[in-house]
Parts: sequence; C-alpha cells; structure tokens
Amino acid sequence: MAATQFRIWRQEGAEGEGAYRDYTTDVTEGMVVLDAVHQIQAESANDLAVRWNCKAGKCGSCSAEVNGNPRLMCMTRMSDLPTDRPVTVEPMRAFPVIRDLVCDVSWNYEVKKKIEPFEPRPPDAEDGTWRIAQEDVERVQEFRKCIECFLCQDVCHVLRDHHLHDEFVGPRFFVYNAALEMHPLDTRDRLASLKQDEGIGYCNITKCCTKVCPEHITITDNAIIPLKERVVSEFYDPLKKLFRVFSGGSRA
Amino acid sequence: MEQTPYEYDVLVVGAGGAGLRAAIEASAKGASCGVICKSLLGKAHTVMAEGGMAAAIGNVDERDDWKVHVTDTLRGGQYLSNPKMAEIHAKEAPARALELEAWGALFDRTKDGRILQRNFGGHRYPRLAHVGDRTGLEMIRTLQDHGIHRGIDFHMEYTVFRLLLDDGRVSGALAYDRERGRFRVYRAKAVVLATGGIGRAFKITSNSWEYTGDGHTLAYDAGADLIDMEFVQFHPTGMVWPPSVRGILVTEGVRGEGGILLNSDGERFLFDEIPALYKDQTADSAEEGWRYVVGDRDARRPPELLTRDHVARCIVNQIKAGKGSPHGGVYLDIAWIKEKISNSEDHIRKKLPSMYHQFKELAGLDITKERMEVGPTTHYVMGGVRVDAESQMSSVPGLYAAGECAAGLHGANRLGGNSLSDLLVFGQRAGEYAAAFAAEHGDVRLDEGAADAGIREALEPLERQDGEGPYQIQYALQDLMQEKVGIVRVESELEEAIEEIGRLSDRAKAVSAPGNREYNPGWHTALDLHPLLVVSEAVARAGLLRRESRGAQFRDDYPQKDEHFGKVIIRVAKGADGEMVVKETPVEPMSDELTRLVEEMG
Repeated sequence: MAATQFRIWRQEGAEGEGAYRDYTTDVTEGMVVLDAVHQIQAESANDLAVRWNCKAGKCGSCSAEVNGNPRLMCMTRMSDLPTDRPVTVEPMRAFPVIRDLVCDVSWNYEVKKKIEPFEPRPPDAEDGTWRIAQEDVERVQEFRKCIECFLCQDVCHVLRDHHLHDEFVGPRFFVYNAALEMHPLDTRDRLASLKQDEGIGYCNITKCCTKVCPEHITITDNAIIPLKERVVSEFYDPLKKLFRVFSGGSRA
Repeated sequence: MEQTPYEYDVLVVGAGGAGLRAAIEASAKGASCGVICKSLLGKAHTVMAEGGMAAAIGNVDERDDWKVHVTDTLRGGQYLSNPKMAEIHAKEAPARALELEAWGALFDRTKDGRILQRNFGGHRYPRLAHVGDRTGLEMIRTLQDHGIHRGIDFHMEYTVFRLLLDDGRVSGALAYDRERGRFRVYRAKAVVLATGGIGRAFKITSNSWEYTGDGHTLAYDAGADLIDMEFVQFHPTGMVWPPSVRGILVTEGVRGEGGILLNSDGERFLFDEIPALYKDQTADSAEEGWRYVVGDRDARRPPELLTRDHVARCIVNQIKAGKGSPHGGVYLDIAWIKEKISNSEDHIRKKLPSMYHQFKELAGLDITKERMEVGPTTHYVMGGVRVDAESQMSSVPGLYAAGECAAGLHGANRLGGNSLSDLLVFGQRAGEYAAAFAAEHGDVRLDEGAADAGIREALEPLERQDGEGPYQIQYALQDLMQEKVGIVRVESELEEAIEEIGRLSDRAKAVSAPGNREYNPGWHTALDLHPLLVVSEAVARAGLLRRESRGAQFRDDYPQKDEHFGKVIIRVAKGADGEMVVKETPVEPMSDELTRLVEEMG
C-alpha cells in the first residue's frame, strides 16, 4: 500500500471557476484510477462528481483526462502511471463541464439523431431473414465495437481547438457512418451529408482519435479514410460530375 | 407545485433492453412515450451482457424449437416459473431476435449465412444468438439507434424515486436530475418499470451502481406484489483478483467455448457433482464434453455447462474444502484447448475478445496462455414485480414491469441467455399493453400534494447537517447481505440480517449528505438507501420463509428440496401499517400441453 498524491479538477457547475485540488489516498495492488477516485470520494470528498457505470471498459461512461491523456478511468491501472508526481485527473476538455469530472456530452446525442438511420434491403429468404457471410459481418464489427466513450471526440482538434461543432460531427460519428455504410444490408446513401453537413473534409487525418480509442478501433485508416475516398469519387470524379450535369442529378 | 409536469401516455423507467424495447413498441402503437434513465443512453446494464440471446431458431441444430426451449427454462427454474410466461418467451424469442437484425444488429453467422447459435448452460441445443462476447452492446446499440428515430423523449441521468397514484391507479412519477439536482414531475396514463436488478445490495457483484432495486421498490411502495425475491443468482465466474475488480463478470461463453473449471489439485471437480435432474444430459467424460463443444450432436454437454446455481455452489464447496486458488477462487482454463486445436490463441481472441482484453488490461493475464482465477459474484435477481404473463401488468392498474425487475419467467434459477430474450419478449409486450391501457383508460389526476411531499422528503438528506454519511450505511448493508444472505443461508443468520436491516433503515432515515444539488453522489447514495434496504429485506424474509434448498437458494439447515415448497412461491407485499408481509402462494398452474411436454422431454 502506498499513499499516492492526486490533483483532481473541481468545478461547481458549468459557470463556476474550476481549479485543481490535491488529495492523498492509499493505492493497493491492481487498483485503477476510477477506484482511487471513488476512494477519495468516500474518504474526503463525498460530493466529488464522477460519471461511471460498468467499471469493466464496456459502457464508456468514465472518460476523463489522466495526466493529460484521454482515458477510461476504469481501464487505467495505477501501476502504469509514474509515481514521482501527482496523478492529474480532469474532465474531457472538448465538452462543457457540468461539475468536477462530469461533462455535458449531450451534443453527441443530438448529432447522432441527424444521421440517416439504417434501412435494410428486402429479406433474402421467404421467412423474412437474410443471408450474410461471416466475413461481411466482421468487416463492420470493428466499428460496432464502439462504446461511445467520446474520447475520440475529446482529442480531435477540429472539436477541441477549433470548436466546429456545428459543421463537423467528429470521429465517433464517422465510425458510426462507416458502420452503416459498410453494413451488408443497408441501402441508404450518406455520402452527400458526410460531405455537406458532417464536414468530413475538415479531418486532416492526424490519427489522434485512433490513438486514444479504448476499443482499438482503427478509426482513421479503416473508417474515415475509406469514407473520404468514397466522398471524393462520388463528388470529384470528373466523369461522374459530367454525368450529373447531363442527367440533372441533384447532387452537387 | 412549482413544476409543470411532463405528460405522456406511456412513461418507461429504465433504458436497458427491456425499457428501450417497451418504448419502441408503445411508440409504434401510437402512444406518446417518454423514457427516463439513470445513466446516459446506451450505458445501461444490458451493455455488459456477453454470451448471447437464447432463441430457439434452430439454425445450428434443427431439432431445437420452442418446446425444447420452454422445457429447458422450466427445468432450469426448478418448476417454479410462471409456465405461461416461459411458454410465451420460448415462442416469441426467435421473432424478437430476427426483428433486431432488421433494425441493424449483426450477429455472428453460420456457414450458410444465417444467425449462428452457441451452447450455454442448461440449454439442450446451441441456442444463443451472439456477437463474439459483446452481444449486449450490439443489442442495446441497435435498440438505441432505432429508438432515437421513433419520436420518443429520452430523459438521461434522471432517477425516479416515487410513483404517483390516482385512486389506486398509477398516474405518474417523481424524478430528480442527477446532473443538476432539479426535480421533475411526470404525469402518465401507464408506467413501465424496466429498472433491472438489485446487485448493489451485495458486496461482490457484477452489477453497476445503477442496480439498486429501484423498480422493485417503486412497485412495492405503490402496493404491487413482489415474488421469488429469495432467488438471487450468483454467477459462478466473476473475477477474484486483483481486489479492485473482484466481481466483474467472466462470461459463461468461456465455458461454452470449451473452458473447464479446475481446483488447486488440477481436478475437474464438476464431474463428481452432477445432479440427478441433469444426469442423462451431461457428459460422463472429458472427451465427450469436448465433442459437445465442437458440435457433435450425439455428445452430451460438459458439466461446466450445468446451471449457474449448481456450478456456483460447487465452486464454494471447493474453496471451503481448501482446494481453491491463491486468491480465493478456482481456476477457469480455456488455454488448454491448444491440445485440441492448432490455432487456439487466435481462436480464443476471436471468440472471446472482451474477455481477452478484460484480463489482459485489468489483471495482466493472457487467457490464451494462462488459467484465470474465478469465483461466484452476485449477478441477477430472479425475483421482482409479479406481473400478468400476457400483459406484464402488475397488481397496480396501469403499472407494468419487464426485464429483470419483473419476475415469473426464471423461477428459482435463470438460464444464461434467457435474460436478453426476456428483455425483448416482455419489453415488447409491456410496451404494447401499456399503450393499449393508456388508450382505453381516461386521463389521470396528478396528486400534487403527494408530489410536493415526495420532493420535500427527497431534499431532507441535503438539508440535514450532522447526520451520518450515506456510504457507511451502504457498505454496512453490502457486507451484511454478502455475509448472511449470500450463497449459503441459514435461519439464524437470516434472522440476524433482518434485524440488522431494520437498524440500518433507522439510521438511513437520519442520513446527511450536504453539498450542492448538482451531481452530488453523496445525496444520490442517500436516496438509493431506501430501495436497497427494501429489496434486501425482501430477499432475507423470503429466504427465511422458504425452508428448503432449491435453485439459487441454498439453506444449510434445509439442504434438500421440499415437496411443499416445490408447489409454492413466496409473495412479498407492503402491509397496512407499512410493514413487510411475506406469504406463500401457489405456483401458477401448468397447461395440459406443457405438462405433457415436460413429461416427454424428461
């Protein structure tokens, strides 16, 4: 057991002025950051706000910045952090703080509603079922692993530094688009909205999102770049453009 | 009353699988619908379900059908289930699974492209539709992404703490906003409870903080009956080390894929303890067990896939006999299958990806190479609100319950995989019938006096300055339940527990949680104490009255089944003076057709 120093962000309400406050608690073998935060909450800060749920890396609730890195607190082991300085824990910085470590992520839920939902092709068999190859399932399973922790949104500079929330949906929703676009049964087309409403062009593939994904989804390479390529071939392919001019197609 | 009430035809409390499915159905039937959930959308406990969803689609073994499924469920529940519910569940689960696919869920496939099904404890044939070991995530995300386009209002991070009544009929609910501490009043013609379980009443649990028995208690306080509360499922395999992850679930899917349980002597101890009821269905050699795992239709299942109550007790016995692992569990070994298949490490990572990561990241252990240490963890409550089998309505008009907070399907023990299908089948029904109830019955009157009083009471812990903190009481209760109302029970300890719960309830009434109303976890914990104490008392009292061992309840002083208790279920209700009344009531009768089926299938 070792007494460990923590610097935790405390802030009263969205308008309040936040500051780090120092705490000390005993860290025992196998503890994760969330355990330490809970221990501090029980011992010396009963009203310390922290959002969490499954404590097993499956629900994506306890996102925060630990020593400046976007992490799930429940999956960050204390033994992996340096011991020569206090452990800093603060809320995700790309979203407004509600209180302490809890931030307002409701924007993400609003964004999702605007994306064209899934619509399957007619069933393949008379009993109303479909036939799908396992390899086609596996192609999108990577994207469907997403636990919506929003760490990728937190780290994306288009949102974090440039605040383009109105024009850009962020990596989480490119993954969501990719899951739908590459779904073996889906029939809808989301390329126009990806280009016009969701701002996929703003992404300059720095791959920060991929680095922080706790589910190890290769966000940039497997989701964003293929979508960008589809958008490019749909809208910037000279032949297609010509075709659209003559056919009076609605896409610009 | 300061607030303007929110108004819905159907108000759903809880946004896991059952709540979302109920809301989608109610909305599809034309009802205006609101959903209140304690967490953010998509984070409810369903997200943690791993193994799969039981539905007798018969894709892997065409001998499977609803008749086999219903008899498996009844046998697993030791014949205390509501037979009508078990029948509806078995018949409707396939349609609910296929409908999920139409909404975008992608299950793993068979070679000919249909939904793949896997083996699980107590199921005669491979029956669980699954996606690796993250089926719950697939299910909740599918329902969530479908549900957000159905005109349903979602109220995230609100906790309902009181139901309102209008002359005996449910008329709405009171909730507080976890984020900002504001109160809200909801008026509704029908309410569906879908709040999940009670696992946080115990110290070692696979359940998240949300599982504080809210729906059970809301219904109980409103005058509804609870049944089967003595039956708490202790899942045999939770993590035991390191201490901070103790209780986190290790999916039964590990055993479904060939994982075996070993004691410290390396013995596969379950072979020595096969119960009579399952003798004919269980392999008698390791070799036959493996053949079953790889799909030999003539092989019987390995003893690791016996029902959860049995496996959990056998593990406890091994530990008690000094044959446990270093950190107080037993060994679960999937790495051994390298003896049987060449690419075992890839195979394990592919079939059990989240288990691989969970152990790698939380325990620094590679399950493709090393044995895991596991022990029982509180996982599920079979008991809950007593509901009508068809409609899911409780004894309070307009009040419905579905999923884990309802009871009747699982009897004395739930089979793995029957929970996800339960959520969908009965969530759909609750939504449908609640919408119909709302359409058929007129408006409700909101009892403003009761609403104001409820809000005043909820504010008391915040205003009290020098009371005891809520965490101490919560921890004391969890220790008590773990120690005296756990896997092995005995009369004297149950009696002590009931007395102690009484004392803790008195302390809870004087609790103090000062601070702000915004996201104040101390205050939330203070308000969670009432439901936790109610469900704890119900479990202890029902367990005391059932003087026998059956399913999930094991009584050290009555270690055998008792014929009398095989015919009754235990009913818990609030008495006229607010005291808890516990009574025996006959098991629901079985139809002639089901009786014949049970006899045929043995």
